[in-house]
Amino acid sequence: MATPKRIVVNEQDGVSVVRFVDRKIVDSSSIEQLGEELIALVTVDKRNMLLLNFENVEFLSSAALNKLISLRNKIKPTGGTLKLCNLHKDIEQVFKITKLDKLIEILPNEEKGLASFK
Amino acid sequence: MVLPFNPQDQPHESEFSLDFNAKPWTLDRVITSCTDEGQVAIQELMGALVEQGWDGSEFFQVNMAAEEAVVNAIEHGNKRDPCKSVHLLFRVSPTEIYLEITDQGSGFNPDTLPDPTDEDLIEKPRGRGVMLIKEFMSEVHYNDRGNSVVMIKRRSAETGDSDSNG
Repeated sequence: MATPKRIVVNEQDGVSVVRFVDRKIVDSSSIEQLGEELIALVTVDKRNMLLLNFENVEFLSSAALNKLISLRNKIKPTGGTLKLCNLHKDIEQVFKITKLDKLIEILPNEEKGLASFK
Repeated sequence: MVLPFNPQDQPHESEFSLDFNAKPWTLDRVITSCTDEGQVAIQELMGALVEQGWDGSEFFQVNMAAEEAVVNAIEHGNKRDPCKSVHLLFRVSPTEIYLEITDQGSGFNPDTLPDPTDEDLIEKPRGRGVMLIKEFMSEVHYNDRGNSVVMIKRRSAETGDSDSNG
């Protein structure tokens, strides 16, 4: 696909590690673009082992959560896996309250995230 | 043409028990149904929180609640109708935050919203904003019509502890 603007992707041990460009994922047009770039990883690039590294992210809205759910729903039928790592403690709390931590596995850091795919 | 606000649709601050001991920072503004204008107002609000010493998890939680409520007002309330506006009334003191957000939509009943954490709905990408608002604010009140929300945050005892989860 075209070079993504909102994410940076690195391939590591068969897993696509995705980092976010924005520290605050809140602007509606940026969220739409982010959602399209994430989905394109699956539909265009045919990647389906994804580890999203949130180290850089300080804040995200529920609209951004919705994009992650859509991504998870897109990956699931391919037999792939979506996992998250390095969540800021307040963001992790958001996942716990909304029980999205039951839907998408959260690992403490990238090393453990990558290891969990093996 | 921009529709005027019906004063009866808005809750009134006097209905709530507030403890602003000094003159609080205040933002009283009518914005169009445009998320960019909402973002500007929220940035000003968060700047006021910093000035009044709010930080850590409470800062994050107020940011989340304000963001979700303003986006809900613009997108779900006014349905991005350019003829409709959103009235924001924000007050911030070192101990208490009052956020009143009123749209010109037909309103909704927060009590009949489905629980987004239900097994049947957990995979649906919607409905989490209202839940997070309720979780993160000390008090949340909707008016009868359901087009205006008041959210109050009272500072917890662990103020300033950035490791607190509120």
